[in-house]
Amino acid sequence: MAIGWYLVVSALIFCIGAGGVLARRNPLVVLLCLELMLNAANLALVAFARVHGREDGQIFALIVMVIAACEVTVGLGLIVAIYRRRLPIDVDELSELNG
Amino acid sequence: MKETTFGWLVLLCPLVGTIVISLGWRWLPGRTAGWIGTLAIALAFAFSVAMLIKILGTAEEHRRFTSTLWNYASTLGVDATLSIYVDPLSVFMSLVVSGVSTMIHLYSVTYMASDRGIRRYFAYLNYFVFSMLLLVLAGNFFLLIVGWAFVGAASYLLISFWFRRTTATRAGIKAFVINVFGDVGLVLGTFFIFRHTGTVDFVKTFNAVPHVFAHNSPDLVAGCLLLLIGAFAKSAQVPLHTWLPDAMEGPTPVSALIHAATMVTAGVYLIARMHGLFEQAPTAADVGAIGGCLTLVMAATIAIVQTDIKRVIAYSTMSQIGYMIMGVCVGAYSAGLFHLMTHAFFKALLFMSAGSIIGAMAGAQSLDRMGGFRRALPFTFVCFLIGGLALCGLPPFSGWLSKDDILAFTDHRGGGFLLLGIAGYAGAGLTGIYTFRMIFRAFFGDPVPEARSLEEGHLAHAEVPRNPMNGEEEDTDVGFPGPGHYIAEREWPMKIAMSVLALGAITAGVLQIPGVDRSIQRFLSPTFADSRLVRSDPSTASDWVGLLIGAVIAIVGIAIAYRVWVGRPGTAPALQRRLATLHNFLAHKWYFDELIDVLVVRPALWIGRFADSVLERIVITGTITDGTVGIVRAGSAAVRRLQTGFLRYYAAALVVGMSGIALYFLISSS
Repeated sequence: MAIGWYLVVSALIFCIGAGGVLARRNPLVVLLCLELMLNAANLALVAFARVHGREDGQIFALIVMVIAACEVTVGLGLIVAIYRRRLPIDVDELSELNG
Repeated sequence: MKETTFGWLVLLCPLVGTIVISLGWRWLPGRTAGWIGTLAIALAFAFSVAMLIKILGTAEEHRRFTSTLWNYASTLGVDATLSIYVDPLSVFMSLVVSGVSTMIHLYSVTYMASDRGIRRYFAYLNYFVFSMLLLVLAGNFFLLIVGWAFVGAASYLLISFWFRRTTATRAGIKAFVINVFGDVGLVLGTFFIFRHTGTVDFVKTFNAVPHVFAHNSPDLVAGCLLLLIGAFAKSAQVPLHTWLPDAMEGPTPVSALIHAATMVTAGVYLIARMHGLFEQAPTAADVGAIGGCLTLVMAATIAIVQTDIKRVIAYSTMSQIGYMIMGVCVGAYSAGLFHLMTHAFFKALLFMSAGSIIGAMAGAQSLDRMGGFRRALPFTFVCFLIGGLALCGLPPFSGWLSKDDILAFTDHRGGGFLLLGIAGYAGAGLTGIYTFRMIFRAFFGDPVPEARSLEEGHLAHAEVPRNPMNGEEEDTDVGFPGPGHYIAEREWPMKIAMSVLALGAITAGVLQIPGVDRSIQRFLSPTFADSRLVRSDPSTASDWVGLLIGAVIAIVGIAIAYRVWVGRPGTAPALQRRLATLHNFLAHKWYFDELIDVLVVRPALWIGRFADSVLERIVITGTITDGTVGIVRAGSAAVRRLQTGFLRYYAAALVVGMSGIALYFLISSS
């Protein structure tokens, strides 16, 4: 089985995700793009697991999913809090934690 | 029981007294505390007597006992132990110290009765006596230094006993600082000796000294000179004497204690104890003798013009201690110690009598305000007269036999010592003048209002208590003298204490009459058996010549005083006008306070200010502390710029960083 195509797709998705995180200002979209990056990594992990015929890559992918779920929970919670306090929903405006 | 067991008991009694009174300060009635203190010291005296009896029961050459309770350290050649040394000298000293202290405690029970700090007073007093007994019974340098420092601390506590008087606290600090200076001398001197002998134990040191040190070897001379600094600071000899007159700020019985029994005699004891070292280093001994001689003349001249009755007595103490120091430095050990004993009696008596007069004057101490107390205070007058005559050295009082014993020995050594002896006789003449100036001014002449009202049976009472030094109005709260005034005529404890001491001042002389008996000398001879100087004792005939000269000089001094202050009452002010420069010089105590101020105090203050303004402010605060803060602040300001707060900026930094690391590994692995 040729792994090349899987990795190409994975890299593509990862770059789309990274580009989205860097380019978009809406925190909701930033979160979505983060998910893309994580899942790109998952794809690579599963592909490698398949190639080597071992399970640890797949288990690792499951763990990444759990982490992603947690991260999304926190992230969405923050977005809801921002919305409730009627703050601008824009990561560039939310820059009070500067030095 | 063994001799040393009694020695330990002598130490234990005042210590227990101190602890009991200190712990019971809240609920012990004042007088009870006083009686406990007196009892403790009286017991110490009883045990000293027991020690004397035991030691007299042993053969003369075996009268040296040491007893060690435990070792502090016995490593690296240091043999620091808790040990006492009981020999005739320490027995003699503990007898004098505890005996006179008992009387002073008894006197204090009444004298301090109205003071609200009386429990604290007796705790300190017992501690003072304990320290002094520790000093004289110590069996090694280590314990000697401990006792030495304790005495200094106790004197500080008692001199500034009335701690709300600024004059008293200042005097206490002065005494403490000068004493610590002496302590340093003593410790360094000990090091010098220890370095060569390798032991701090007295017996081993004394045995080793003739073998280890050559005659007048520089190290031994230096060590002895340092010991002399300690002795001079404690015994108030020139130039470390300025604390003693200021120490008069303490209560009068404390002055008696400092001057008669404890503290100032420590220097004399030290030199007598170290006689083996000083004889091996005659240069140091000569320096000590000259210092003592200088002090005795200088103090006597100052005493003539002082107007505070206690200060006159204080200067007379300095003068008399000068005789003792001179005596023990030239080798007249038994004479010096004999004078120490008789002086303890008559000086304590003089202070107690002065306390009685001060009581009658409702706290005032100036001789200018006193006069005509002869009929109002008959008992005090007699006591003061006995003390004064003993101090002048009039036959047959004790001071005559002891002081002139020293001078006879000094003259007997001939050469330059003859000069010291002559100066000593000059000092004796001055002693007669200032002592009787005090007596004539306080007891003769027209009675002052206080004396007149006392003759009618009313003890004067100050409406507003004032500090006799600076006239400041003061309270009668704790930290000030109590409201009560006491005179010996009305209080039996004071009367008993003074009577006993008066008896001592008259009769103590019989212990050592040349040609008749020499009990003191014979008793002390085992201690000084290794001395080369003792064997060159003057003959009985020359002793008697000295005694006669001394008696004549004393009578001349008294006659001069009589002529100036009684015969022609106007003479003193006229002399004062004519010799204004000299009078000023003496009234300013030879400008020693000013000299020390310029030479020591001001430079020290200047260094302190320099350290504050330059070292502290510029070097430490300015450079080290503020410099560190500045570096951290500048660094953080630079790093802070990176924290923009833009999420996407952080994300970009992350991506770039990760890519960079990935690239690095890719490149390095291929």
